[in-house]
Amino acid sequence: MHLIWIFCVYVIILFVIGIYCILATLNLVRMLIGIEVLMKAVTLLIIVAGYASGRTSLSQSLVITLIVAETVLIAVAMGIVLSIYRHTKSLETGSLTRSKG
Amino acid sequence: MAVIDELILFMLAASALWTVMTRSLLRSAIGLALTSVMLAILMFRLNNPFAAVFELSVCAGLISALFFCIITITEPMTPEKVREEGGARFERFRYLPVIVLIVGIVLRILTVKIDVKLPALEEIVDVRHFLWGHRQLDLIGQIIILLCGVFGIVILLKEIRKKGG
Amino acid sequence: MFSLLILIPLLSVIILNLSFGRLMRKTAFSLCLALFVVQILLVLLPISGGFEPIFKFNLIVDDLSRVVLFCIGIVLSSALFVGEHLIKDDDQRFNFLNLLLIALAGMNGVVMVKDVFSLYVFLEITAVASFVLISLYRDRDALEAAFKYFVLSAIASVLMLSSIAILLLFSGDTGFSAINAAIITSQHSRLIMLAMGLFICGLFIKGGLMPFHGWLPDAYSAAPAPVSILLAGIVTKTVGIYALIRIVTLVFVFNDPIKYLLLFVGAISIVLGALAALGQSDFKRMLAYSSISQVGYIIIGLGCGTPLGIFGAIFHLLNHAVFKTLLFVNSAAVEKETGTTDMDKMSGLAEKMPLTGITSVLAVLSTAGIPPLSGFWSKLIIIMALWISGYRIFAVIAVTASVITLAYFLSLQRRVFWGKLGKEFNNIKEPGFMLAFPALVLAFIIVAVGILFPYLAHEFINLKELTGG
Repeated sequence: MHLIWIFCVYVIILFVIGIYCILATLNLVRMLIGIEVLMKAVTLLIIVAGYASGRTSLSQSLVITLIVAETVLIAVAMGIVLSIYRHTKSLETGSLTRSKG
Repeated sequence: MAVIDELILFMLAASALWTVMTRSLLRSAIGLALTSVMLAILMFRLNNPFAAVFELSVCAGLISALFFCIITITEPMTPEKVREEGGARFERFRYLPVIVLIVGIVLRILTVKIDVKLPALEEIVDVRHFLWGHRQLDLIGQIIILLCGVFGIVILLKEIRKKGG
Repeated sequence: MFSLLILIPLLSVIILNLSFGRLMRKTAFSLCLALFVVQILLVLLPISGGFEPIFKFNLIVDDLSRVVLFCIGIVLSSALFVGEHLIKDDDQRFNFLNLLLIALAGMNGVVMVKDVFSLYVFLEITAVASFVLISLYRDRDALEAAFKYFVLSAIASVLMLSSIAILLLFSGDTGFSAINAAIITSQHSRLIMLAMGLFICGLFIKGGLMPFHGWLPDAYSAAPAPVSILLAGIVTKTVGIYALIRIVTLVFVFNDPIKYLLLFVGAISIVLGALAALGQSDFKRMLAYSSISQVGYIIIGLGCGTPLGIFGAIFHLLNHAVFKTLLFVNSAAVEKETGTTDMDKMSGLAEKMPLTGITSVLAVLSTAGIPPLSGFWSKLIIIMALWISGYRIFAVIAVTASVITLAYFLSLQRRVFWGKLGKEFNNIKEPGFMLAFPALVLAFIIVAVGILFPYLAHEFINLKELTGG
């Protein structure tokens, strides 16, 4: 069981990296990369939970569905980012602070 | 055995850190692909081969390709600008390795006991039969979300035809 | 039988896009309308089970699901009418109808599943459909709002998934009953509490409660008018609030920490939402903050924990869907006729748009909880439930916030509809049938439910028992 805890430590580390990236960046594409890192952390957590409880088939099914959903999410987000780029010709969020609150 | 796992885990965390902290977006995308590969190896070692294959082909392949596309289309920065932006960026991101190190060391020292032992399943169902037999609703969900993604891309990126003058 | 509610919209979308382009575009509107009407009828008539097509799904359709399915049908029909009238470009209208069908499939799925991970999948479907719908016109504000919504929704998804993973460790399966059994046997373990807390926080973000509401005002005000109707009327309620009610009553053990969490977050949403709405000068933004405040009422009713409180929460969910949709339909009419949503520029529109003015007054009074309209009954039940269970302070907060609600809504009415007609508005007229019809139907529902509720209340007792538990 000690091994499981080591995996969980790294999952928490990945969470921290992802959240920090989303909070500290000004570039929209880097926010997407931060979200991707968070998704990887969650995937690892599901796999570890499946391994620890012996239910590998269930966790693999969940991960496969999750990967499909994540891909569609990133694709649509890229569509949004490209449309924003067409409007403003830049990707710095400094130029996107018109709507607050 | 645990040593190899821990080594791969360490490389996973290191590549994620590099992905987030590196200056150029292109290198970030490569770092993301590298992180996916490490994750796939870990999944393989934890008895989840199918998920590992999916992760490799979709995340390390498709999503990285998507990122490369969007970075090449929208990369506006010339090398001089990269150098001057680099300083300000580094200031914002310099706390991250410190935080990660502290969190990692603190958590390693205090070990939480997770002793949950579920009874093993009576029949070991292969993941393929499981996915298609027990989780059909998820599959319908996948089809719907793929359709929605297709619509989204078409709506967001299609050029508006000018009607008339 | 009810799995058809998910499969038929999916098939319709596929058929609509395969071939016969011109024919399909003409029939798309009638097809959507037929689907929504069938859904409303299916829910009102006592049909259950029956015809199962090839797939064998695990779906649950009890009274709570029926209420929300009914709301989905009504709100989507209103959005359909408004969208058909207001979206000028043929291609955009066709895309809007398709996305409406996909959102229908997603929300029907959310309401009917019996499995936590499938709940997540259908939540994602609804979320992706919402992002695309918000950015339908591709103007800059809408794209910004969509991106903000996207980031916060992704964080909420990550929270929910990590909670599902931890629960998987304890229960070995992701069905509602399995997780419930696992939680009951190991209630006080800190990991379980952490998992429950993470899941509820994820749902708070999706439902737009304070302090996680960052995306909501921008998304509601920047989206096109029919999409605002959709978002405010049903999407936030289904993915956030319905999921919360279902999870908390059926899956999680409803113990004291969860109750206090719900009560606090609900109270903060009510008060801060109402205060923020006071200072707004944009029509749709004020409606957005008012939505946050009303959803706080639902959560506070839920947090009370007694069967009466939960019944009040569900009833208020139904009422809020109806009157918020009506208000947004009115704002769509006003926006179309005057070309702006800035309330400082409008005055005295009731002279030229009497129907909109009257229905707006009805919706406003119902929101504030004035008898004998429907909102009065649901708020009364929630406040009574809080008072009886001893949470007196929260009951007082709820009543005070009702007064503030009345204040800002009356100021909206005064600014927009009453007073002297501004000079530049001499040429406006009442918007067409497509906008007036849903407004009339919704106003009729508000008045009918309000007047008839005391007589029909005994019909709904079984709802109380089912969710009391």
